[in-house]
Amino acid sequence: MVTDVVVSVLLVAGALLSLAAGIGLVRFPDLLSRMHAATKPQVLGLLLFLLALAVESGSWALLPLLVLCWLFQLLTSPVSAHMVGRAGYRTRHLRRDLLTLDELDDVVVRAADDRDGPPPPDRGSGRGGGRGNGT
Amino acid sequence: MTVVEYVVGGILAAGAALALYRAVRGPSILDRVLALDVVLAIIGAALVLNMVVHRHLDNLILLVAISLIGFVGSVTVARFVTDRK
Repeated sequence: MVTDVVVSVLLVAGALLSLAAGIGLVRFPDLLSRMHAATKPQVLGLLLFLLALAVESGSWALLPLLVLCWLFQLLTSPVSAHMVGRAGYRTRHLRRDLLTLDELDDVVVRAADDRDGPPPPDRGSGRGGGRGNGT
Repeated sequence: MTVVEYVVGGILAAGAALALYRAVRGPSILDRVLALDVVLAIIGAALVLNMVVHRHLDNLILLVAISLIGFVGSVTVARFVTDRK
C-alpha cells in the first residue's frame, strides 16, 4: 500500500515535469529559453520515472540497469543541448534584447580579430557592429 | 493503480500535445528538433508507465534505444543546420 502511494507520487511528479516542458515550449519566446524548459523531462522526469519503476519492482538486481539508463541520458542530454544551442547562436535564433549578458560575443570578436592576421595594437577598435557573425 | 495510470497518461498526453504544437509551429528547425526531443522523452516516460502499471520489464531496451536515437538525431540536425534565414 505504501509502495503504491510512493510510486503514484513519483509518476505524477515526473508527468508534471513533462507537462511543464510542454508549456515552456509553447510559452517561452526564443530557442535558448525553450531549451531550458525542454531538458526537464529528459533528466529529472526520467529520474522520477525510473525511481518509480525501481520502487515498484522492489528488486536490487534491476538497479544497475536503471542507473545506467539514467546516466546515459544525463551524459547525452547536455551534449545535444550544447550542439543545439551552438547552432542556434550561429544562426542567430536568439533574441538579443532578452539577454542581459552575452559572454560569447567577446570570444567571437576576439577570434575574428585573430583570424584577420596579426592583432592590431589597439585591441579595442576591432569591435565593429556587424562582426558578431561567423566562426 | 488504474486511476494513476489514467491521470499520468493524461498529463503526459497534454505535454506531448503542447510539444507537438511547437514542433508544427516552430519558426526554425532547431525549435522543431527540441520539441521532438521532448516528445521522445515523453514516449520513454509512457513506456516506463506501462512497465510500472502492468508489472513487466520488457520495455527497458526500448528506453535505452529511444534515448540513443534522440541524442543522435538532435546532434546530427544541429551539426548540419546552416544559416539560411
